[in-house]
Amino acid sequence: MRIGYYPGCSLQSSAREYDLATRLVTRYLGVQLVDIPDWNCCGASAAHSTDPFLAVALPARNLILASEMGLDVTVPCAACYHRLRVAQRELTHDRDLSEKVAEVLGRPYRGTVRIYSLLETMTGIGLEQLAAQIVRPLKGLRVACYYGCLLVRPPGIGCDDPENPESMDRLVETTKAETVSWGYKNECCGGALIFGAREVALRLVRDILRNATGAGAHAIVCACPLCQSNLDLRQGQVNKMFGTNFAVPVFYFPQLLGLAMGLNPRDLGLTTHFVDPQRALRVVGG
Amino acid sequence: MLLGGKDKPDPAFLEAVVRASGQKTLAHCYQCGKCTAGCPTTFAMDYKPNRIIRMLQLGRKEEVLGSRTIWVCAACFTCSTRCPCNIDVAQVMDSLRVIARREGKTGLGRGVVLFNDLFLLSVRRNGRVFETGLALSFNLRRKTFFRDAELGRFMFTRGKLRFTPDRPKGVRELARLFAKAEEKVEE
Repeated sequence: MRIGYYPGCSLQSSAREYDLATRLVTRYLGVQLVDIPDWNCCGASAAHSTDPFLAVALPARNLILASEMGLDVTVPCAACYHRLRVAQRELTHDRDLSEKVAEVLGRPYRGTVRIYSLLETMTGIGLEQLAAQIVRPLKGLRVACYYGCLLVRPPGIGCDDPENPESMDRLVETTKAETVSWGYKNECCGGALIFGAREVALRLVRDILRNATGAGAHAIVCACPLCQSNLDLRQGQVNKMFGTNFAVPVFYFPQLLGLAMGLNPRDLGLTTHFVDPQRALRVVGG
Repeated sequence: MLLGGKDKPDPAFLEAVVRASGQKTLAHCYQCGKCTAGCPTTFAMDYKPNRIIRMLQLGRKEEVLGSRTIWVCAACFTCSTRCPCNIDVAQVMDSLRVIARREGKTGLGRGVVLFNDLFLLSVRRNGRVFETGLALSFNLRRKTFFRDAELGRFMFTRGKLRFTPDRPKGVRELARLFAKAEEKVEE
């Protein structure tokens, strides 16, 4: 399978291990990711809270680039995925807007690109095929699969069920890790507020960590660089602010798959986490 | 209480918000409160989301635009997913932020607005967000020079901080998009 790849800005820096693990695991599984050349930022929540034209025009340019390559696109970041999907909807329904975008960029978007989240692309490989690649089962590891908001909402834009998504659970279960049932799997981590209204965002993070550990999880698995950065990198700030002592490692789902496929933890970027995953992995002899 | 506020009703405001947010109508809201029940940030809001919709129905422009609510909305779309009247509440909040900005009413959202502005400035200059530069300029402007210093050090040791932006060739095309956006605001 060949598919266009839109990494997004975070995967070049704060979430570079998500990029590493994604490229490594997809290559291992025979999926060829083709980088969209010259891609630009999707604008994220800054654009849609500020200017409705930019909110669509910024992602639209990436869709045009992908359509010129003749490929569909897979997106590892939930926020980018959301913005690309919304832009596609708007461009299809608002002819006036799509003409304006085409005029400024000097080329039209023909609406032919299908946009997938990385989670969908990986699930699409087939659970049996994935299970066949598992050489190092993670038996004994209990994880909470965390979907967050923009990956699954709103309906029609997100993938999976907006209220009780399960695709990541099924995917992770191919590694023989156990997934817990918990109530915060699709609650928001406050990614958009972490700079502008930090005290609000950190409380959301605390509640998610508390619910995951309360459900008996050794670790959280996620599919978004903003979620991971809030839950992992800022866990120390949460502990300081609320007097808690969380030490929950937060994996990106391709990292966990790669680990179970016997790939090198260092190559999967497992040494770059704030909360060292080694302790949690000890339960599986890691 | 909503009937006796000091805010003069402005029916045109409701119309403007309905149009900007692409809703058919906000009139169908019957205050079931599902949006508020599912909202993760109500603890920080002055008016809960269902009340914002009611205030919009009553044309209470100043109170809505001056609220803290619109700036602590996390844009997570739980409200929009659950509304039995199919109101895209998160999109309404988005439109309210855009309108509040245009009218210079961002008092309770100063941090969020500054972050969004610097974020877009980074995109305009570099084509992609330069995270290190964005965090530094935010802290400089807010005079919180050492916020996240410890985290920054950690990220540096793990290769998660870049020192130079990555500028794709398309930056020039983006400049045209930004110019067009400014033109549209002035229209």
